[in-house]
Amino acid sequence: MITVKNIAKSFGKVEAVRDVSFEAPDGRITGLLGPNGAGKSTTMRVLYTAVRPDSGTAFIDDIDVTVDPLAARSHLGALPHGSGLYNQLTARENIAYFADMYGVAKDIRDERVQNIIDLLEINDFADRRTKGFSQGQKTKVSLARALVHEPKNVILDEPTNGLDVMATRGLREVIRKLRDQGKCVLFSSHIMQEVAALCDDIVIIANGQVSMIGSADEIREKTGCDDLEDAFVEAITLTEGAA
Amino acid sequence: MSLFGTVVLKEIKDNFRDRRTMMSALIFGPLFGPIVFAAVISLTLKQATTAAEEPLPVAVVGAEHAPNLVTFLEQQDTELERLDLDPDSAVAAVRSGEEELVLIIDSAFGDSWSVAETARVSLVLDNSDNSTSRYARRARAMIGAYSSQIGAMRLLARGIDPTLANAIRIDEIDTSTPSTRAALLLGMLSYFLLFSMLAGGMYLAIDATAGERERGSLEPLLTLPVSRSTLLLGKLTATVFFMCTSLVIALIALSLVLGRIPLQELGMSVQFGPKEVVTAFLVMAPFALIGASLLTVVTSFTKSFKEAQSYTTFAMLVPTLPILIAAVMNLKPSLEWMVVPSMSQHLLLLDLVKGETLQPLFIAVSVGSSLVLGALLSWVAIQLYKRESLLM
Repeated sequence: MITVKNIAKSFGKVEAVRDVSFEAPDGRITGLLGPNGAGKSTTMRVLYTAVRPDSGTAFIDDIDVTVDPLAARSHLGALPHGSGLYNQLTARENIAYFADMYGVAKDIRDERVQNIIDLLEINDFADRRTKGFSQGQKTKVSLARALVHEPKNVILDEPTNGLDVMATRGLREVIRKLRDQGKCVLFSSHIMQEVAALCDDIVIIANGQVSMIGSADEIREKTGCDDLEDAFVEAITLTEGAA
Repeated sequence: MSLFGTVVLKEIKDNFRDRRTMMSALIFGPLFGPIVFAAVISLTLKQATTAAEEPLPVAVVGAEHAPNLVTFLEQQDTELERLDLDPDSAVAAVRSGEEELVLIIDSAFGDSWSVAETARVSLVLDNSDNSTSRYARRARAMIGAYSSQIGAMRLLARGIDPTLANAIRIDEIDTSTPSTRAALLLGMLSYFLLFSMLAGGMYLAIDATAGERERGSLEPLLTLPVSRSTLLLGKLTATVFFMCTSLVIALIALSLVLGRIPLQELGMSVQFGPKEVVTAFLVMAPFALIGASLLTVVTSFTKSFKEAQSYTTFAMLVPTLPILIAAVMNLKPSLEWMVVPSMSQHLLLLDLVKGETLQPLFIAVSVGSSLVLGALLSWVAIQLYKRESLLM
């Protein structure tokens, strides 16, 4: 379970996040939807403690990210935007490295690595060096290493970027599997249809602020738009008008 | 295994598989020095031996005007060639490179000689040619020797002690032992060794910061429940490991090269056996920490691999400065210089190859000061790695 409470973060004069609060419960997929530059990535970075909020805080399973970032990170599997792999290592070695770093015990490590390879169906290229992998293969391996320690909470920052239709579908299936295992999944995207197709709850952010929270149906209702895309635009303009 | 150990092993494995890193760490870096060194020394060796041992090639125009002088020269170690040319064409022959050294004896020689006046000869040479000027020096010395021999006889014939003509005699006392002469050439050795270390660790240092950022592997790494200082210390340790590997290869290569070059012929003797290799490693290795952390500090300000590469090239010149100062000022090892990294390694190495005993105190101060500076730079590198803007 992830709880975000009134976080704000500026880089110099740029206010990347002004005031963002929401909850992502266990067993559900929560979508963070917003246009480019809305503050999605900064919010995600606060959650995996790459940046520290200027004010407000967030909790990963009741661990305050500003108080104990290491513990917060160990309860988390994160796939940052544009994740890269170590080219000279095989997919399996990339995953095993993260397993060691997450503190997965030696005796069960190889088994865990194999489990996640099976789950993501990457056996075909698991023992090849990752140099020259396709974007889809890279994303799957990046996801595998973020999940190898079986975290309760999973953060995915625009994971479908650069993926083709089949790879996107495969990824969605994996995300649903994670939800069905009872995990808390937080997923960000700037593509509305994608969020609508996958997420149980949607948090729309624009201009560093939350403009609307709800299921796809609730958002349609609140904005008075039948079409989800119109609803998204409506929600964004509401915030931007207010700002 | 500890997290630190995991990082170190991963970095070593990752970079061992990277051809660029391996070439630079195990081949170019360590072998560049010994190869250049061998080339320079054998060239010097060739020049020195040819000039000293070859018979002096000299052509004589007008030999018939001074038969005794010519006979004297022929008795010396010369290859004398009699030319039938007029003086002008003799000069032209030297200018065109056809002849190297021509001695012109004109017809007035015999007249002056017989009345005991100073007789003239002309030596035609091209002074801008290094080997010719060495030949000319030998020719002058031979003719000079003949001249003083005859001069002394003339004085004796007049009942005068020839030593009266020499008011002062200079005796040169050369304090250079064969080894110290070698040390002059070996002065550049320490830079080669420092260079091989820096080249060995360069790619790894770049990879740790700019490289990871460029590949996009940095941010996932930072999502791990591992402190950034552990990550950076692991990377630094792997860099130090590569630098030390390069150093070992360079030292062994150097030991083999020095063993094969006939330095005795130059009147030099150099000690560089297994014992010296080990001592040199102990003296030089602490510099690896400075090198690794210096390169990491420099690269943490850069955004891309390319940018990092151009900055590290400059950073690699920094350690040459103290060596240059030591060489120019001809410094000798002393306690205060042992505090200056790279200079202390240079001075100690110089003493080592000269076959002198190193003072344990000097080694301790050199190692200690290098480690302290290395630790300081590592601390700076860690602080830079902890910045939020590392990701931006």
